[in-house]
Amino acid sequence: MSQSSVWKIRGWMSQRNYWILAAVGLAVPLAGWTVLTLLGSVSRVFLPGPIDVLQRVGTWFSDDRLLDDIAISSFRVTAGWALSALVAMPLGLLIGNFRVMQALFEPLTDFVRYMPAVAFIPLVMLWVGIDEAAKVAIIFIGTFFQMVLMVAEDVRRVPMAQIEAAQTMGATRCEVIEKVIVPSAKPALLDTLRITMGWAWTYLVVAELVAANSGLGYAIIKAQRFLQTDKIFAGIILIGTIGLAMDQTFRFIHRRAFPYLHVRS
Amino acid sequence: MSAISCRSVCKVFGEGQKRVTALDNVSLDIADGEFVTFVGASGCGKSTLLRILAGLETQSAGTIRAGAALVVGPGADRAMVFQDYSLYPWLTVIGNIKFPRQLAAHTRDRTSADVESASGRADALLRLMGLSHVAHAYPSQLSGGMQQRVAIARALMTRPRLLLMDEPFGALDAQTREVMHDLILHVSALEACTVLFVTHDVEEAIYLGRRVILMAPRPGRVDSIYDVPLPAERVLTMKYTPEFLALRFQILERIRETSGLRTDLGLLQRLSQ
Repeated sequence: MSQSSVWKIRGWMSQRNYWILAAVGLAVPLAGWTVLTLLGSVSRVFLPGPIDVLQRVGTWFSDDRLLDDIAISSFRVTAGWALSALVAMPLGLLIGNFRVMQALFEPLTDFVRYMPAVAFIPLVMLWVGIDEAAKVAIIFIGTFFQMVLMVAEDVRRVPMAQIEAAQTMGATRCEVIEKVIVPSAKPALLDTLRITMGWAWTYLVVAELVAANSGLGYAIIKAQRFLQTDKIFAGIILIGTIGLAMDQTFRFIHRRAFPYLHVRS
Repeated sequence: MSAISCRSVCKVFGEGQKRVTALDNVSLDIADGEFVTFVGASGCGKSTLLRILAGLETQSAGTIRAGAALVVGPGADRAMVFQDYSLYPWLTVIGNIKFPRQLAAHTRDRTSADVESASGRADALLRLMGLSHVAHAYPSQLSGGMQQRVAIARALMTRPRLLLMDEPFGALDAQTREVMHDLILHVSALEACTVLFVTHDVEEAIYLGRRVILMAPRPGRVDSIYDVPLPAERVLTMKYTPEFLALRFQILERIRETSGLRTDLGLLQRLSQ
């Protein structure tokens, strides 16, 4: 095997080497960050060191109710995302299956999804108020319109031959949807849920701009006011970590729920 | 009674400027138990005709009867085998073959004896198609040839009167294809079902068909019909008989004439200079 095989387009690499490289990819920026702060060439206010950030996470946990912040933020994100999934799944299924629904909803959705979620904050405050519902609503607005289009696309990608085969076996329209289109699209739909969950997290800070007094996003905004750069770092890294954990959970479910995609021939 | 009969079937796709006549006045009768193959230059409408017979497309004019019944949409009496991607990847081989049993059309008024005979039927089809050893594998674990065996077994599960095959072996290599030819001849004789088989491979069409129907493009139409002068029981060596080769030559020549395509000798000459 030539030594250039790892640079082959879509080439192969052993699991072991993959994870070693992944660790290097994480360790190098971390080390760079540590060295930069230890040298003292950058002010702590602009760039707190990893130790400062870790310590901040510690005091946040012990003195500032970190777990409550994590819980309420996770709730807001999950609620907004789940609500949007609850509506986007059936609507996307209809748009992906029926031309009438596509014509009615797709151009409209395409139009709305370019509107910035942040710009809806005043309207949301006016319509929904300033309590929990408002934060959930912002996350809903941020994820829903993208999600609908992705679900519709997942549904449309079910091979026509799978659908037509069922029809020639005597399947009714409902049976085709229930027994072919939905099971066929399921893996793609789970991926869509995973990806939109990530987007929901990115709207957290925006959502907690609205009269919040708790949550990771709120903590970041407040830390900015007091120039607590280490807390901003801690908040951002915590959000990233939670997001990564959720992403991995989705991937785990994917492997468990769809063994046929992960078998070797 | 014919297994299928078309009367003046026309099919027009698109509207306005983009209007294309895919089928123009096609009339055909296919006898019960017959194995008929369709060939023709691309755009001749052979696949469209098959899809209309399956009920997956609606003709613009004309009538189609399967047995005594008018064809208006898909039905379990007319099973179809596609070239590719029609198996359900989330089901195992046996799950795919039993899939029709999940449908109301095949479970209505079902007794326990029916259930038993159905699973017996699935097992019989597994054996017939040589799939017993992979019954619990997923389609993605099988070769292309094996996948098409599963597709055929699934299509036969409901005992259709008519088996419609749209280039089912088009994606297979030549050796696998030969094995599949003998298999499908054997199976269709055993199951006593009528087979309509679309292909672009003239050799395949002659080897499999009792009759070869040649279609021509622009507009799509039946051009000519050839009775294959070979014994009903086909064996591989027949492909080298003078009758086979003569018919093959005749059909290829006719497809060339009707295709409207020619090698541009002038262009080739200019390129080689």
